[in-house]
Amino acid sequence: MSMKAKTRRIDSVTVIDISGRITLGDDLAELRQLIRGLLSQGQKNILLNLADVTYIDSSGIGELVSGFTAASNQGGHLRLLSLTKKVQDLLQITKLLTVFEVYDDEAKAIASFSKATGA
Amino acid sequence: MTAQSEVIEVTLASTLESVEKAEELALEVCAKAGFDEEEQHRIGMAVHESIINAVRHGNKMDSKKRVGLQFFTLPDRVEIRIRDQGAGFDLSAVPDPLETGNLLKVSGRGIFLIRAFVDEFRVRPLKDAGTEVTLVKFRHMSNTIDQGGKHREHEGKNAPH
Repeated sequence: MSMKAKTRRIDSVTVIDISGRITLGDDLAELRQLIRGLLSQGQKNILLNLADVTYIDSSGIGELVSGFTAASNQGGHLRLLSLTKKVQDLLQITKLLTVFEVYDDEAKAIASFSKATGA
Repeated sequence: MTAQSEVIEVTLASTLESVEKAEELALEVCAKAGFDEEEQHRIGMAVHESIINAVRHGNKMDSKKRVGLQFFTLPDRVEIRIRDQGAGFDLSAVPDPLETGNLLKVSGRGIFLIRAFVDEFRVRPLKDAGTEVTLVKFRHMSNTIDQGGKHREHEGKNAPH
């Protein structure tokens, strides 16, 4: 199953619901463009909902890191929501759980951006 | 390789489509060999990353070059060999993605994940041209993820990610 991404807005946060496989290929470029597009539009609080991600490879992990860095460089925040066990394992062994803020509860994740931005 | 081994061999084009084909085949072989679902996933991912390295960094997506893939199912293990026709690479030059300065790098985690998901990871240059990577997964070993896994060194150029 190829990757699909849909966006929705909650308060100051843009939630990107991602499903399928985040792997090397055209889909990855689309995700990158989506995140860069949001940042360029001033939507700098981004929450990636990975609940329906069935698979992620090293390139997909790299894209998450790329989005995180791009958001941070523009004064924004990119956080993760609802990791599957497989994704959590990968982020753990690559030590990226020490980099990303990860939430299991969407409301708490949304609230975290208010604290971060002081909104 | 012993006479008791079951061997499956395929030749793949240097395309990203080959990555999924190889991974699907790995899952089939490992399921048939009796590995549980989690181990199948890990071995499949190791094959996925290895084929990406062969296609992108080894063969550089050259349509004239092929990737060889062999599965040996043995009583105590599955061995997977991946051969490309590239210039080779220096395994010792591949940076550690866990180092603080590398954590936020976009690439460079492929070999680390391969090592983490199989029990043995070997790389050797081929006599004429190209590189052979061997992945070994033993049966009845712990499912514990081994950070970095076991590895052996070899020689070459053009570090893959």
